[in-house]
Amino acid sequence: MSRDVRVCVLRIEGTNCEEETARAFREVGASPEKVHLKQLLHQCPKDMARDLSSYDILALPGGFSAGDYVRAGAIFAARLRSALSKELEEFVRSGRPVIGICNGFQILVELGLLPSLEGVMSVQPEAALYVNDSARFECIPTLLKHENEGSCLFTRTLPKGKVVMFPCAHAEGKLMLPQEREPALLKRLEDRGQVVFRYVDPQGRYAGYPWSPNGSISSIAGVCNPAGNVLGLMPHPERVFHRYTHPDWTRSALDPSGDGDGRAIFQSSVEHVRSQR
Amino acid sequence: MVVAEIRIELKPGVADPEGQNTRKALELLGFKGIKGVRTVKVFEVELDSPPEAAVKECEEMCRKLLANPVIQRFKVTLK
Repeated sequence: MSRDVRVCVLRIEGTNCEEETARAFREVGASPEKVHLKQLLHQCPKDMARDLSSYDILALPGGFSAGDYVRAGAIFAARLRSALSKELEEFVRSGRPVIGICNGFQILVELGLLPSLEGVMSVQPEAALYVNDSARFECIPTLLKHENEGSCLFTRTLPKGKVVMFPCAHAEGKLMLPQEREPALLKRLEDRGQVVFRYVDPQGRYAGYPWSPNGSISSIAGVCNPAGNVLGLMPHPERVFHRYTHPDWTRSALDPSGDGDGRAIFQSSVEHVRSQR
Repeated sequence: MVVAEIRIELKPGVADPEGQNTRKALELLGFKGIKGVRTVKVFEVELDSPPEAAVKECEEMCRKLLANPVIQRFKVTLK
């Protein structure tokens, strides 16, 4: 029998999407575990201690880690950086999949693992996910166009150009790059195939508010690193794992017990890990 | 003991939706002649260090956690 695909769903106080995220990985046949940061730091009873290197996939779920104080994701990121940066960098360099959803994306950006413009992990953030243009929490279905050419390990089963619906729920999701170098850095992201999802309207066109809920640069909803194994996105694929959790499931002609749009994200990464064995 | 005031503000040119919305709200309340509203975050940190070391430590705090250099700048002053 093949070995389990072990997923570390990492949380601290204030994380609140770990259940759904773990469940999504379990549904595609992986063995997820909800792990508190202190377990990876061995600040816990001996039998609860875990090592990051023993997992195949790392998932940073959504929520309001550390109450979103200072900036969303900043405290979780600072704690990871001070205690685990070497292990994290090794994990990413080894090519294993890392996903950050919503607050998890904010953490990856604050941590310097995304957008990964210079190296694998920057000392200081290279981008920011800041307050939505609307200055409020946006909790709506969003349409995302898949833009990746095949490098991203989490979207391999999604054709390029496919539009999916993942709902968003965030107040700070506007992706910003350093203003003075913005056009050049955006071009670098595009040239290296790092733009994974863009917000679109129902006709599939790049559009402003409310289709883009936050005013993100170039309508970007999700980016990956150049190697394609680290993905961060603001909307929540785990919330549409089943068709019956899509808001239009009673009106749509699709079978409610079928797959939701989000399944592809989890399926792709777990299939990738299996294919490497 | 020293008390350091750490001021975190958006870099010039970075959009400030909270400030803009607050301005709108103030105008709806009837305040006139508002030229601009900006949001600023201030942390007061009490430290048991000599003043010079305290400033250095606070600047390190900004680099490690309190400010994101892509959009924010910081200023440390001792009270």
